[in-house]
Amino acid sequence: MSEPAAPPPPAAAEPATAEDTSSGTGRPPFSRVVLDAILEGNSVVVTILAIVVAMVLGGLLIAFTTPAVLQAWGSFFSDPAHAIALAWDTAVGAYVAMFEGAIFNPHTLAAIFNQASLATALHNGYVSALFNPLSETAVNATPLILTGLSVGLAFRAGLFNIGAAGQWIGGAIVATWLGFGVSLPPVIHVIVCVIGGFVGGAVLGWIVGELKARTGAHEVVVTIMLNYVMYFFLAYILGTSVMQQPGRSDLISPVIDVDARLWHIAGPSLRVNAAFLLALLAAAGVWWLLERSTTGFQFRAVGANPSAARTAGMSVERTWVRAMLLAGGLAGLAAVAVIQGTDYQLNFQSYGTYGFDGITVALLGRARPLGIVLSALLFGALHAGGVQMQASTQIPVDIVTVIQSLIVLFVAAPPLIRAMFRLRKAKATGLSENVAKGWNA
Amino acid sequence: MKLELKGITKRFGSLVANDHIDLTVEQGQIHALLGENGAGKTTLMNVLYGLAQPDEGEILLDGKPQHLGSPSNAIRAGIGMVHQHFMLVPVFTVAENVTLGLERTRAFGWIDRRRTRRDVRELSERYGLQVNPDALVEDLPVGVQQRVEIVKALLREASVLILDEPTSVLTPGETQELFRIMRELQAGGRSIVFISHKLKEVQEIADVVTVIRRGRVVGQLPPTASDSELAALMVGRSVQLRVTKPPAHPGDVRLDVQDLRMAGDQGTAALDGVSFQVRAGEILGVAGVQGNGQTELCEALLGLRPVDGGSVRLDGRDLTKAHPQQRLRAGLAYVPEDRQEDGLVAGFSVAENIILDVFDQPPYARGIAMDLPTRDRTAAERVADFDIRTTSTATPVGTLSGGNQQKVILAREVGREVRVLVASQPTRGLDVGSIEFVHRRIVQQRDQGLAVLLISSELDEIYALSDRIAVMYEGRITGFRPPDVPAEELGMLMAGASDADAAAASAAVVEAPAGGPDTGLMASGLLGVGVPTDTTTDPASSTPSTPADDQSPADDDGGEPE
Repeated sequence: MSEPAAPPPPAAAEPATAEDTSSGTGRPPFSRVVLDAILEGNSVVVTILAIVVAMVLGGLLIAFTTPAVLQAWGSFFSDPAHAIALAWDTAVGAYVAMFEGAIFNPHTLAAIFNQASLATALHNGYVSALFNPLSETAVNATPLILTGLSVGLAFRAGLFNIGAAGQWIGGAIVATWLGFGVSLPPVIHVIVCVIGGFVGGAVLGWIVGELKARTGAHEVVVTIMLNYVMYFFLAYILGTSVMQQPGRSDLISPVIDVDARLWHIAGPSLRVNAAFLLALLAAAGVWWLLERSTTGFQFRAVGANPSAARTAGMSVERTWVRAMLLAGGLAGLAAVAVIQGTDYQLNFQSYGTYGFDGITVALLGRARPLGIVLSALLFGALHAGGVQMQASTQIPVDIVTVIQSLIVLFVAAPPLIRAMFRLRKAKATGLSENVAKGWNA
Repeated sequence: MKLELKGITKRFGSLVANDHIDLTVEQGQIHALLGENGAGKTTLMNVLYGLAQPDEGEILLDGKPQHLGSPSNAIRAGIGMVHQHFMLVPVFTVAENVTLGLERTRAFGWIDRRRTRRDVRELSERYGLQVNPDALVEDLPVGVQQRVEIVKALLREASVLILDEPTSVLTPGETQELFRIMRELQAGGRSIVFISHKLKEVQEIADVVTVIRRGRVVGQLPPTASDSELAALMVGRSVQLRVTKPPAHPGDVRLDVQDLRMAGDQGTAALDGVSFQVRAGEILGVAGVQGNGQTELCEALLGLRPVDGGSVRLDGRDLTKAHPQQRLRAGLAYVPEDRQEDGLVAGFSVAENIILDVFDQPPYARGIAMDLPTRDRTAAERVADFDIRTTSTATPVGTLSGGNQQKVILAREVGREVRVLVASQPTRGLDVGSIEFVHRRIVQQRDQGLAVLLISSELDEIYALSDRIAVMYEGRITGFRPPDVPAEELGMLMAGASDADAAAASAAVVEAPAGGPDTGLMASGLLGVGVPTDTTTDPASSTPSTPADDQSPADDDGGEPE
């Protein structure tokens, strides 16, 4: 982006390095190019359009995978209007159900007005039912915010953390064990478990950082491998007397103490809990760390240009270790949110897809805390809505995964979106950039 | 072919990059386009090559107006361009690269490799290009890659050749080679537009010089015009081409390097026992052809790479094993050779880059919290002090011009308390105005009592700034010389002649001035040292050497161990 000159930029970085054969650095590695593209990001417009296009394509998919609609298309030539109308209604119906599950359900509002008074409505839980969709969205978004921050923070330091899944398990094991294995006074128990979860994830992150710093082992390989190690370690430890719930033959831990559970913040009937606040706090903390602290300055400098950071006296290796440690800790907090917030116990598949969804969330949020929170909320809403959609329309919840993947696909391929909507790329040509560099040398 | 540009105007928003530019290039003419970075030279050539459409004006070839909507039209019309950054596929052979985009096929779509190879060989012989059609491009030195680009243009039957800053990536030797080729092409009747901001080169090769400033043609001069005339026209004010420098007053030894050894990437010694001292208030210039250990020397001084032996002392303090940060804090300032790669974080703001090495020191940080207002205030002061042309301190440094980027680095490095300045290729790729500024600042630092180690492969720069000159060859310092040493003698040292031989040969030249270039000179020329043999353009040979000095080179080694 800093290259002034010629229009086709790919070769730009090359001659400069070819010039001094002694240093022999060559072109930037592929991972760097990818990283730059992600961090440089797209305009907000492109992101929003990507979401819209993904939703439209998701709607088409819904319409054309539903048996009734397919049947109607079979008799398209006898009754085309019916086929089109049915396809439209199915897709719209699915999205309406999603909306009702994720944000607001008019039926519950109607139910409130059917009650004798507001007091009875409150008493019978109709009012809290009104907020249930939002609560579910928040609950689904919470671990995604944290794994998204984990991946995003590492991104900013120039590292690909594919290991949030493994780090999640590390945090989950420690938090769960502390939750049922020790007994402590109420508030302290929660705090100890939260810290334990953070440490459990941080240790795994630290291992990755340390291996990269000392041996140069690439973090992508190490984190992927550690994910497998942790999957099997979880299955193993849940089968031992350390973690297995007494009297059970399947791989599941005991339920954690009531004292170790995170508080509900909107009444006992809604699942939303303090973990959501913890996640927002973590996002604010990561923002402060990156933008206002010396540690974050090092993270960003090392992430943007490790050679310049090293030349300016920073220890690139130590920065890697610290960034991975914090990233692992954040993934551990995601486990805290699930175990102490909603599930209260750990089974051999609890890790779900939090770790990998975190990559998606960080990508969509351009590795910036606010963006991560917003994209996690979007994905949380899709998850919460998907459950409702399956319940009320029998359309499989997997469609949500498809929509998510489509969003990522379009976000990762901005030229596609630009071409679709005939957007002009901002300062596209090298020419204008050359001129923008100013007249003064 | 005669090329005429009439009233070419190109605007980008409110910026007028080209403002009614008229330019006529006669057949068989080498026409130099001289201007600072950002003056609009490249834009003009992009217009000519069909990459940008002019808002006004027309392009005529042999009197016929042309509509060059795209590079392929331009190529068809007979215009060829060699870009500053080559457009070659590194893993393809020369022949494959040359044929790319005009693959000639035989029956059944077979690519006619044999014909391309033959063509490349033919062109290469005709113009003395010495390009092997079967070599892989990635294995070729930069100078040869450039010739491949020229072959590409010639094969497309270009009769007007545009060379965009062709010498910026070349060693002095390769530049001479390029000039020879340009003359051959000229003799073959082709017109050449030569874009440059280097005065000497323009004077050496061009038939006519057109100077562009701020998008306008500000004058047309014959190449016989003087340096200062051209520079003044180009910059818009009179420029000091050679910084005025009061005599040095060397003080105590600040930087003491003894017997530094480091293994290179290929297993050979990159540093093979380098020893020197730099005193407060003096500039030691390290001359040498690129790739003789200068990069490794810098890395060793800053601690970016461990050394295998020897010591580095700053003010008597042993820093041989210190971390880069400890060295910087001990008072070492470093202007790296590759400013994009090692000097700056392009995406960071000017302010962030200015505090890049003191970001966690008071007053810029309290604990781990950074003090942004202090940072911005300091940055604003430095921007004013170093005349950094930027819209604000929050502007990403990558969007600044090269000269301003270098000013940001200087502002950072000498803005804090420092004792020793190590500057590696501090003016590479900068234009005249910026070079003047950087040179002035370096001398100013010296006069304030800093010890300065200047590493440069530009002999002009070495002569302009150094109070003493050391020559590096294959990881060793082959000799120390006073700043008035003849360029021939430096050239011999740079080419690997021993200290005594160089001195003796140089003395012989002085004794027999009518003898013309002697064997030593020829040798250095062949080795690509690029010592200018043309005495009129060389600053050093204009100051006649005094034989007495040259015959006793050991005198000014001043007790430095060899």
